[in-house]
Amino acid sequence: MFDHDVLAIIFLLLLGVAVLAYAILDGYDLGVGILLPLKAEKEKERDTYISSIGPFWDANETWLVLAVGILLIAFPAAHNIILHQLYIPVLFMLCGLILRGVSFDFRAKARVSHKTTWDKLFKLGSIMASVAQGYMLGRYVLGFENSTAAYAFAVLSSLCVTAAYAYIGGAWLVMKTEGGMQKKIAGTTRRAGWLAALGIFAVCLINPLTSDYVWLRWFSLPEAFLLFPIPLTCFAMFILADRFLRKIPLANDFGCWIPFVAALTIFFLCFQGLAYSFYPYVVPGEMTVFEAVAAPESLQFVLIGALIVVPMILIYTAFSYRVFWGKTTELNYY
Amino acid sequence: MLDELALAGQVVSASVESTLMYSRIQFALNISFHILFPTITIALGWFLFYFKLRYQISHAPVWMRAYRFWVKIFALTFALGVVSGITMSFQFGTNWPGFMARVGNIAGPLLGYEVLTAFFLEATFLGIMLFGIKRVPPWLHTTATLVVAVGTTLSAFWIIALNSWMHTPVGFELRDGVAFPTDWWQIIFNPSMPYRLTHVLLSSGLTAAFLVAGISAYRILKGDTKHGPSKALKTAVVAAAVMIPLQVLVGDMHGLNSLEHQPQKIAAIEGVWHTEKSAPLLLFAWPNEEEKTNDFAVGVPGLASLILTHDFNGEIKGLNEFEGEHPPVKPLFFGFRLMVAVGMLMWAVAWLSTYFILRKKSQPGWLMKALVWMTFSGWLATLAGWYVTEIGRQPYLVQGVLTTQEAVTSLPPGNVLFSLIVYAVIYAGLLTAYVHTLFGMAKKAINVEEYESADVEAPVVPELVTQEVNR
Repeated sequence: MFDHDVLAIIFLLLLGVAVLAYAILDGYDLGVGILLPLKAEKEKERDTYISSIGPFWDANETWLVLAVGILLIAFPAAHNIILHQLYIPVLFMLCGLILRGVSFDFRAKARVSHKTTWDKLFKLGSIMASVAQGYMLGRYVLGFENSTAAYAFAVLSSLCVTAAYAYIGGAWLVMKTEGGMQKKIAGTTRRAGWLAALGIFAVCLINPLTSDYVWLRWFSLPEAFLLFPIPLTCFAMFILADRFLRKIPLANDFGCWIPFVAALTIFFLCFQGLAYSFYPYVVPGEMTVFEAVAAPESLQFVLIGALIVVPMILIYTAFSYRVFWGKTTELNYY
Repeated sequence: MLDELALAGQVVSASVESTLMYSRIQFALNISFHILFPTITIALGWFLFYFKLRYQISHAPVWMRAYRFWVKIFALTFALGVVSGITMSFQFGTNWPGFMARVGNIAGPLLGYEVLTAFFLEATFLGIMLFGIKRVPPWLHTTATLVVAVGTTLSAFWIIALNSWMHTPVGFELRDGVAFPTDWWQIIFNPSMPYRLTHVLLSSGLTAAFLVAGISAYRILKGDTKHGPSKALKTAVVAAAVMIPLQVLVGDMHGLNSLEHQPQKIAAIEGVWHTEKSAPLLLFAWPNEEEKTNDFAVGVPGLASLILTHDFNGEIKGLNEFEGEHPPVKPLFFGFRLMVAVGMLMWAVAWLSTYFILRKKSQPGWLMKALVWMTFSGWLATLAGWYVTEIGRQPYLVQGVLTTQEAVTSLPPGNVLFSLIVYAVIYAGLLTAYVHTLFGMAKKAINVEEYESADVEAPVVPELVTQEVNR
């Protein structure tokens, strides 16, 4: 049906979609966990925070399983290298995801005296998972290089990703809440936004300086002209969101969705930037997609299913967001 | 110098051995923990659909109450299944790179289809099922419940297809030791798949049924006089009574299928060390691996041959024919007997309890207590069964194609030991919390009247409520 190289590209695109969808979707619900206020008198606020992601987190996390699945199906050799290198951070990420995933459900069912403990674990799990993911991204981007500088970069990246998740999570909450609570979250989101912007700026600076490959990609003509709008738009989005966050709430809650869309655009553009920097490598500097790609028999078999099922997934995901559209109300299945 | 090299070689192989051992323990731990939850949710989803459907038809609030109580437990169980499942999906890459390198062309797509067709479906509709009751029309909410049940079952379908393929691999060819698919239909519907899938689905049905019955019995014993628990108890017990003989039948067919494809597994289960005719069915024995014989054997002569070959004088291949390629005997021998014993106990309790229901008598106290004790009996039988089937494939990971040793990671043993300890601690904590919370929820529900929550969808006529209470 398709040439082997074409299959490699198709699956790379699918992988990209899954990773980006994961970063945005689980990004905002991890962010909500990171921002969770822990003080005893904030219980009502905590309930609202968690209610806002209740119907979605499970499906959001599925994108991670899909991303790892595609990496495993389409690029098994790369999958093995990456997971071998990242054994310990993967362990921490999984522990984080386990803790937050179960706390979410236990808190609603446990005795009142235990609820705060589960809330703390929810926050801890969210932070653990975000930090681990950022660290993994940092290790990956520099091709798992074993130098102090590379590890320092990974630490920077973990802070940057955590801030970015807090940013998009805050923007989500601004969209889903009202009144004084919304105003307070807007302030927190602004600070997270500055931190995220600073982090992205630092990564953009360090990455081309440490990798000749990336440097050539970004600073050779004429591509540079085409690429220039990416950081420029990112910058504009940060400013735009910041302006709105400062003024929120506006009359009739005008534009409460603007910061979230801005954050979403920033995620999208940063992802494009990273993808462009490394294409066609699936393990930076080590293995290209064409070297890592799996047997065409397998890929075609999966592709047929994916072409039928992925549109359906998108449709019912959209449906679910429509069902839970609007401001968060109390969720009571219990 | 040579001595040093030899010593270094020994150290290296010792560390490989440790990595293998820790990885195996870790995987066993993970899968044991993981399977506890899907084995409940697969069938509990259908119980919920049944409750919801009954409510939809009759508008009797008692069904809505049963639904609302069990949907909470479903949500909690589902969450535990999801998070431990994500861990499983990462372990293929982190601890068993050889698995993916050698049979990834087959395992990958099957896992991929699970994510694409089942995971997203159940995860998305779960949101609507749990939180959407006031936001979507009743029929759509019932449909969401159905979709979740279908999703979890579909999930089991793909996983069992892959697991069965690892036991009875077909539909592929080996090129330089790497498996390439030649016929997907054969791969998915491989020889042991229909038996294994049915066996697993029924075991899920029984696990969920005994869980529902056990927790409901606990509520009643603790003084819950509402109608909900007894309705749920009856539904569960009758379902178990129907399923258990079916399970025995399917289990027998599954055994015959294993005899055909994995005779060494059957030989270990039956404790047949040397090929023999008219083999006895051992009720008890202590398999002795050194002497290759059974100590303290108590058996019924010829019965194993009769069951397996339908002939008293039938020949059963012994472990002697699979030197170095057969699984360890003790775990299979005892695991199988444990599974059967629990199954028999379930049979007795389910039928006894159903007898009282059919006679329209109330359940005697001792039987209710037995049900409470058997709340997690399904877990015991399921785990024992899984150990028999999975250890029964050793030393292979994919029968005859890939050994477990070939698939393991080259990571230093310290890393694996570290992760193993971390997982063990987290899982122990979560399991305790889970069981504790379940009984805690049952206790909490005793003093809660949930009438107001029942009229969410349709206004309940007051007479109907009184009827329900009086009945």
